[in-house]
Amino acid sequence: MSDSHSQADLIVETGREPAAGVRGWWHSKSMKRFRRNPLALTGAVVVIAFVLLALFAPLFTELGRGCLRDLGLSASTKFDYRNPTKAAFWRAMFAAPETCYDTPRQGFSPVPRSAAESGTVLGTTSGGYDLYYGLVWGTRTAFRIGVLVVGISVIVGLIVGSISAYFGGWVDNLLMRFTDVIISVPALVLALVIVIVLGKSITNIMIAIAIVSWPNYARVLRGDILRVKEQDYVQSARALGRRGFGIIGKHILPNAIGPLLVIASLDIGAIVLTAAALSFLGLGTDPGYADWGQMISFAREWILGPPGDPLRYWFVSFWPGLIIVLFVLGWNLLGDAFRDVLDPRSS
Amino acid sequence: MLSFILRRVLLLPVVFFGVTLFIVLLMQLLSPYQRAAAFVQSEQQARNIPAIIEQYGLEDPWYMQYGRWLQELLQGNLGYSRTTSEPVLETIRERFPVTLELALYSIIPILGVGVWLGTAAALNRDRFVDQLTRLISIVGWSLPTFVLGIWLLVIFYGALGWFEPGRVSTRFVVEMAGGGGFEHYTGMLTLDALLNGRLDLFWNAFSHLVLPVITLATVSSAQIMRVMRSSLLDTLSQDYVRTARAKGLEERVVNNKHARRNALIPVITLSGFVLIGLINGVVITETIFNYPGLGQWAAAAAVNLDYAAVLGFAVFTAIAVVLANLLVDVLYGIVDPRIRYN
Repeated sequence: MSDSHSQADLIVETGREPAAGVRGWWHSKSMKRFRRNPLALTGAVVVIAFVLLALFAPLFTELGRGCLRDLGLSASTKFDYRNPTKAAFWRAMFAAPETCYDTPRQGFSPVPRSAAESGTVLGTTSGGYDLYYGLVWGTRTAFRIGVLVVGISVIVGLIVGSISAYFGGWVDNLLMRFTDVIISVPALVLALVIVIVLGKSITNIMIAIAIVSWPNYARVLRGDILRVKEQDYVQSARALGRRGFGIIGKHILPNAIGPLLVIASLDIGAIVLTAAALSFLGLGTDPGYADWGQMISFAREWILGPPGDPLRYWFVSFWPGLIIVLFVLGWNLLGDAFRDVLDPRSS
Repeated sequence: MLSFILRRVLLLPVVFFGVTLFIVLLMQLLSPYQRAAAFVQSEQQARNIPAIIEQYGLEDPWYMQYGRWLQELLQGNLGYSRTTSEPVLETIRERFPVTLELALYSIIPILGVGVWLGTAAALNRDRFVDQLTRLISIVGWSLPTFVLGIWLLVIFYGALGWFEPGRVSTRFVVEMAGGGGFEHYTGMLTLDALLNGRLDLFWNAFSHLVLPVITLATVSSAQIMRVMRSSLLDTLSQDYVRTARAKGLEERVVNNKHARRNALIPVITLSGFVLIGLINGVVITETIFNYPGLGQWAAAAAVNLDYAAVLGFAVFTAIAVVLANLLVDVLYGIVDPRIRYN
């Protein structure tokens, strides 16, 4: 790290500070506009509500038997997971055992039962799975999928995008043609191929979506790097003798990555949606795993009620659908406003 | 113009070989037994997998397999689909018109509603109409196909009984299977019904298309609406539009002739993405509405682990998307001369 001439020198050299980082951005004019935009705020509130729902899932639900056992709780200490002074509370909150994602069953009725019939909050699906529990814990599954997939694809996109922009020439050409190829197949179709080759499971759904998502980030980042590369302060850094990945890491990336991270985090809504779609088609989790896509796929069999009571099973399609729509709506509202902020032309 | 098209056409093989190579490499993760499914042509062959592994050298290195796979592909052999119990190519040939029909009907509301509402929003910027369409577009954009489709079915099939899932009512299926002189000219049922002079069949098939089309069109028309709005706003602020207004042209003429035409260019660019969105949507929509097209087959095949079918579908969509993008590019070049000479 022979890097003593950093930002301060640059300001001396170029007479201005490199494009402001995250903090300056927060106080910028467009961000102020964002904070006054009612739709954007609605989106933020919805997303935050979902984050809280995911985080405090154990407090909103009554845990099933397997989950209680794995948390080390017995019948007498059953409600310790709601008591912050006990270890079980913190485990349920931050390191819940996998069994907590198994939706408890209220009986084994092959027919969905309404809230009143089953004594649950929102009713049960066929097989007696508790809708409310599945949806609340499904929020955790959704965030796990969203955050992990975005994380992986951003890292891969970062590596490929930097290599592409830095080396240029045939390396750039090859890598970019590869991204062309992946982008030219519809995401759901490619994910379908990958999932059936790797095997049906939620983990493989995540891998598949990561494989289809990273090329977008690689391309955005490559473009940003090429743009930032030409700016005065980077030229100055080069004139000062900095070379290679040092320039990328120290001067280019910090200025190019802000928009990318925002775009990527806003993709969480879309990614959760693709995962839910694959799971809806029957390529995801085992029956009973708390996952929105699976919850709504139960509805496929229960569109029509018995004669004379066609809307008998409305809750099976309504609640999971509502949760998914609200989630996506929250992210889209947020994303819409942020894209306005990121696109200088729109002001 | 010719050299522009030529350059675009030359990109085609790159994407084609890239996609197929990627898929074949992916398939290397499968065991030779599973891979053999992609080469099987009939039920009998399916019972004698080791012979196929031998015959096609499925234990050879990947590049030899890729060569052989391409050769088979060029001869039209895409393997045997267990889901439909017939060769993959046969299934694609039968089901493609079915899906095409759905897609063609969807394009009308996607473009119509999208362009119309986008224009209305831009011409009434920041007024009530603009806010309302913005809200409509965000909500429409946030309705996932699988949620919207199921909700529409519950309401319009379950509660109201206006429409039903499937492609056509059972009585017509029975009649057509009976060979009552119904000719399948195009494979698109509404068109064939008209060609056969059967209005009753036409209306029946058409009513079956209503819900799937709404499901498919909602997300895409919301996208078009947004692009149309921002693009038209952009054009309206251009100097030549101001000039047109200054020389006393009617507002309607300025909007429709000067501004709107140029504002449509980004919409053309977007149509490539819309097509990709449609293909994704078709897989889910057809599954929900039990509509016997390519998408329903692909989804069912994936659940059955019918590798040959899913790979065939993927290759087919990739080629379709590449061709469509080529068409969009050429169209784009025709509409906007700046692109050609770049």
